[in-house]
Amino acid sequence: MPRSTLFRQRLLTLFLIALLLLFSPLALRPESWEDWLGLPPLFLYLYGVWAGVIALAAWIAIRGRD
Amino acid sequence: MIPGALIIAVSFTYLGLLFAIAHWADRRADHGRSVIARPTIYALSLAVYCTAWTFYGSVGRAAENGIGFLPIYLGPTLIALLWGSLLLKMVRVGKAERITSIADFIASRYGKSQLLGGLVTVIAVVGVVPYIALQLKAIAWSFEILRHYPEVRMPEPTALPLWHDSAFIIALLLAAFTILFGTRQLDVSERHEGLVAAIAFESIVKLIAFLALGLFVTWGLLGLDGPELTDASRDPRLTERLAPLLAPSLSPVQDWFAISFLAALAVMLLPRQFQVAVVENSDERQIRRAIWLFPLYLFLINLFVIPIALAGLLTFPDGSVDADTFMLTLPIAFERPWLALLVFIGGLSAATGMVIVETIALSTMVSNDLVLPVLMRFWRRRQPPAELGRLLLAVRRAAIVLVLILGYLYYRLAGEAYALIGIGLISFVAVAQFAPAVIGGLYWRGGTRDGALAGLVAGFLVWVYTLLLPSFAKSGWLPPAFMESGPGGLDWLAPLALFGLTGWNEITHGLFWSLTANVGAFLLVSSWRAPNAIEAAQARLFVDALRYPRRASTALWRGRADIRELMTLAERFLGVARTRDAFVRYARSRDTDSPEALPADAETVGFAETLLSGAIGSASARLMVASVTQEEPLGLDEVLDILDEASQIRAYSHQLEQKSRALEAATAELRAANERLQELDRLKDDFMSSVTHELRTPLASIRAFSEILHDDPRIDLAQRRRFLGILVSETERLSRLVNQVLDLAKIESGHADWRNECLSLQEVIDQAVAVTGQLVKEREIQVRLDLPSEPALVWADRDRLVQVLENLIANAVKFAPPQTGCLEIGLVRLGTAWRVTVADNGPGIPEEALELIFEKFRQSLVGDAKPSGTGLGLPISRQIVEHLGGRIWAENRPEKGANLCFELPAHTPDTQD
Amino acid sequence: MSKRILIVDDEPNIVISLEFLMMREGHTVHVARDGEAGLVAVRNHRPDLVVLDVMMPKLDGFAVLASIRADPDLARTRVLMLTAKGREAEREKGLTLGADAYMPKPFSTRELVDRVKELLAATDD
Repeated sequence: MPRSTLFRQRLLTLFLIALLLLFSPLALRPESWEDWLGLPPLFLYLYGVWAGVIALAAWIAIRGRD
Repeated sequence: MIPGALIIAVSFTYLGLLFAIAHWADRRADHGRSVIARPTIYALSLAVYCTAWTFYGSVGRAAENGIGFLPIYLGPTLIALLWGSLLLKMVRVGKAERITSIADFIASRYGKSQLLGGLVTVIAVVGVVPYIALQLKAIAWSFEILRHYPEVRMPEPTALPLWHDSAFIIALLLAAFTILFGTRQLDVSERHEGLVAAIAFESIVKLIAFLALGLFVTWGLLGLDGPELTDASRDPRLTERLAPLLAPSLSPVQDWFAISFLAALAVMLLPRQFQVAVVENSDERQIRRAIWLFPLYLFLINLFVIPIALAGLLTFPDGSVDADTFMLTLPIAFERPWLALLVFIGGLSAATGMVIVETIALSTMVSNDLVLPVLMRFWRRRQPPAELGRLLLAVRRAAIVLVLILGYLYYRLAGEAYALIGIGLISFVAVAQFAPAVIGGLYWRGGTRDGALAGLVAGFLVWVYTLLLPSFAKSGWLPPAFMESGPGGLDWLAPLALFGLTGWNEITHGLFWSLTANVGAFLLVSSWRAPNAIEAAQARLFVDALRYPRRASTALWRGRADIRELMTLAERFLGVARTRDAFVRYARSRDTDSPEALPADAETVGFAETLLSGAIGSASARLMVASVTQEEPLGLDEVLDILDEASQIRAYSHQLEQKSRALEAATAELRAANERLQELDRLKDDFMSSVTHELRTPLASIRAFSEILHDDPRIDLAQRRRFLGILVSETERLSRLVNQVLDLAKIESGHADWRNECLSLQEVIDQAVAVTGQLVKEREIQVRLDLPSEPALVWADRDRLVQVLENLIANAVKFAPPQTGCLEIGLVRLGTAWRVTVADNGPGIPEEALELIFEKFRQSLVGDAKPSGTGLGLPISRQIVEHLGGRIWAENRPEKGANLCFELPAHTPDTQD
Repeated sequence: MSKRILIVDDEPNIVISLEFLMMREGHTVHVARDGEAGLVAVRNHRPDLVVLDVMMPKLDGFAVLASIRADPDLARTRVLMLTAKGREAEREKGLTLGADAYMPKPFSTRELVDRVKELLAATDD
């Protein structure tokens, strides 16, 4: 399989995972979680997923280069 | 107190710096050292997505409804993960076709239609001009607010005369600035290197400003060295206002999803985003970094939205201060003039970046897709001027001024009305109407021009009805009753509850219905007829963009053309020097000496058309080229033939490649086979040489003694007897050798005759011991047998197995010392095999020779003497045992002597038929 | 005239025949069963002629020949090579290394005796 196809495929997988975490009933769960250090857990969850997705995308893009 | 003059001076200095950066980048580009070729610059320029609406508005949205601002950035983050295919396709097509704008892109995809380009331009202008107005308002407001430092005061509704209105002055300034940026040189190429560098710089500035304020406020919230904030828990009213921030909720979920989806589309389809992402892209490899760096930028610029919104609500608990201004009013309230100024510059960056790029994109569309088609119609009757390039530049500059004036007028008209404040997402929905035509066009071949037109018109009309008109109504320009019920009292046509769809946010509602109408019309009308020739050709170009990297586009043109006329046409738009330069380079690529010598074929005409496209858009370029050539129309069948031929050629070359790879592989195999053969040949030679040697040695003795006996009658009887004995034994040795060589050859070649039967190893051993009895007796060696009483059955050829045992015993006898020698023959069952061991008490076999002794003519030394034997016994034994499915080996015994062993699979009579 | 002859061969029966032939001619015969032993025997017995087999364990005939020719003390030693390998290349190799004569196995006893006589006659000069 050409490397560019593999790269696209990995990112597509990440896209689907992000979709699942942000736009499925999974994303509603944190609303009912306990506060953590007085911070709303939903914000922590959303920002956390967001940062994770970006980090993984960067990892895929940079690692695929060599 | 921050004097207005200082703010103006700082603003001008900042804009001057921007211009210097742009100028520097343009100079570097002219010298071939492009700064924008860096992927980081590309990713930063995409951040033109974050306008003043982000910079000031995110905090406002957060203060109002908690997480409402997030989907606007999560959507782009997700869609960026698909850019490896989606954006790459757009960029590749954009380069191949020299696309100048999103209108050009859509027009080109559906057969280079001027009508389609014009429609897209109209939608873009209507949808985006209010958004420009919003930026003007942001600049004017931020200026007014900052001017009253240290007082926190909301600006009065503007009722100033035109020349005192800062927004008007800003609009004019930005127009001048945009003209300088966008049409700096007297050429109308589609790319602006300096602009991209300046936009990237602006992105850094607005990020720094946002982060600076964010850190300042967050420190305050954490009780560190920052502003002192009131405690929210004491005031119940405040707690209520903070609710969206402290107990955020995703519901209603359809809005959460719809706005993310909308933003994902807008980040690619907004004219300014298309401009920086596709038109200004200088290398498609930059996309790879943008996939994560652009989302990272969005993440960072949103990191402190919540703390700032919290701090704003805590600092201005009475609600007198607009949450959209918290970014600026917070540093004012805490008397941090430099921070306030930095935030102002950040906001200015966000707004000017958006305005400049958006205006350039819109003015290109207006001049190429609206004005030029009208002019061309006009030129049919009247001779066009000679220098079309200058005219085009003038049109473009006028369009820039026009767009900004329109923006200003909208701002002036709408003022504080909802029509301005809510415009951000309404604008997004307008450009989302391009999605079916663009994305469908990249992945579906069936779309037609009529389908795209129908889709766009339907979507746009629904947008006007469900979003634009209600926003007018909310501003008081239309009776509010308009929103409640549909025209003529038809409730199911109410703009905000179409077909009774209530309870949805108006954006979600409008997006849903406009895209439904759009996609529906696009699919329905496209299904009406098959794509015609040029639509089919363009469809292939767009849909297959990734399949053939750097494909030469198949020229779909037939007719007569004159090179000089084509060049003259291009010169009128591009100037003599650039045209000449481009044609000379093209001529060189086709191995022609001069442009005049180029063949006037489809490829050349295609080149001229693409060259012009970069200046005036694909649709106009096609018509322009058609005006100087005599084209014979190609039927759909012919086009498909040409395309099929092209793809056949590709298929052939693909096959050819595969075949040559197969050939290479075959050659390699042959080479390996040849090497194997040579190796075998060498082995055979060695074998022959060894056989020769082994045959000649006994022959030499035989001849020598025969001659001695023959020539010399005086030899005494005892001597004679001795010599005759030697003769006999050498003859025996010779015949044994001949037999073994033949045997070995037969077994190796597979021609040997095997008479396999079920036999017991005990019998075989007994037989072999009997045959070798004489030899053993001569050397006075003891033989001990250790055999089990249970018959050890194997499936084998009796004579050959006896031969194996004879060989092993003969070998052992050779190694065992005479007189004290002792042989032990053992037989044991090991799992599914029988093992026979012939052990001696000789000197053992050198470690390195354990394996060698099974090779032909490799005899191990017994002490110093040469062993008697042919050197073939053990190799033959190995062949036999392996043929029977067993294995044979030699090992040294731990005490003294060597073991020669073999194993054969045990035979159970009932398993064999 | 009695000469000292060394037979170096690992085939016992060939040694017997050679020994018989040389002793019949009235020479003193020594025997070595392999290359190493042969080289030692050359140094010990200083034979006038060495009948040298090529294929031998431990040290082959060519190596023995090369050692003899490398030793100036042994310059007058004549070497007759015998081999069962029939290739022309072997013969060339032997003569190049300094063998005085070269005979393939199986050899004619008469011819062998004649060649030995010739070589020994040359040592008298």
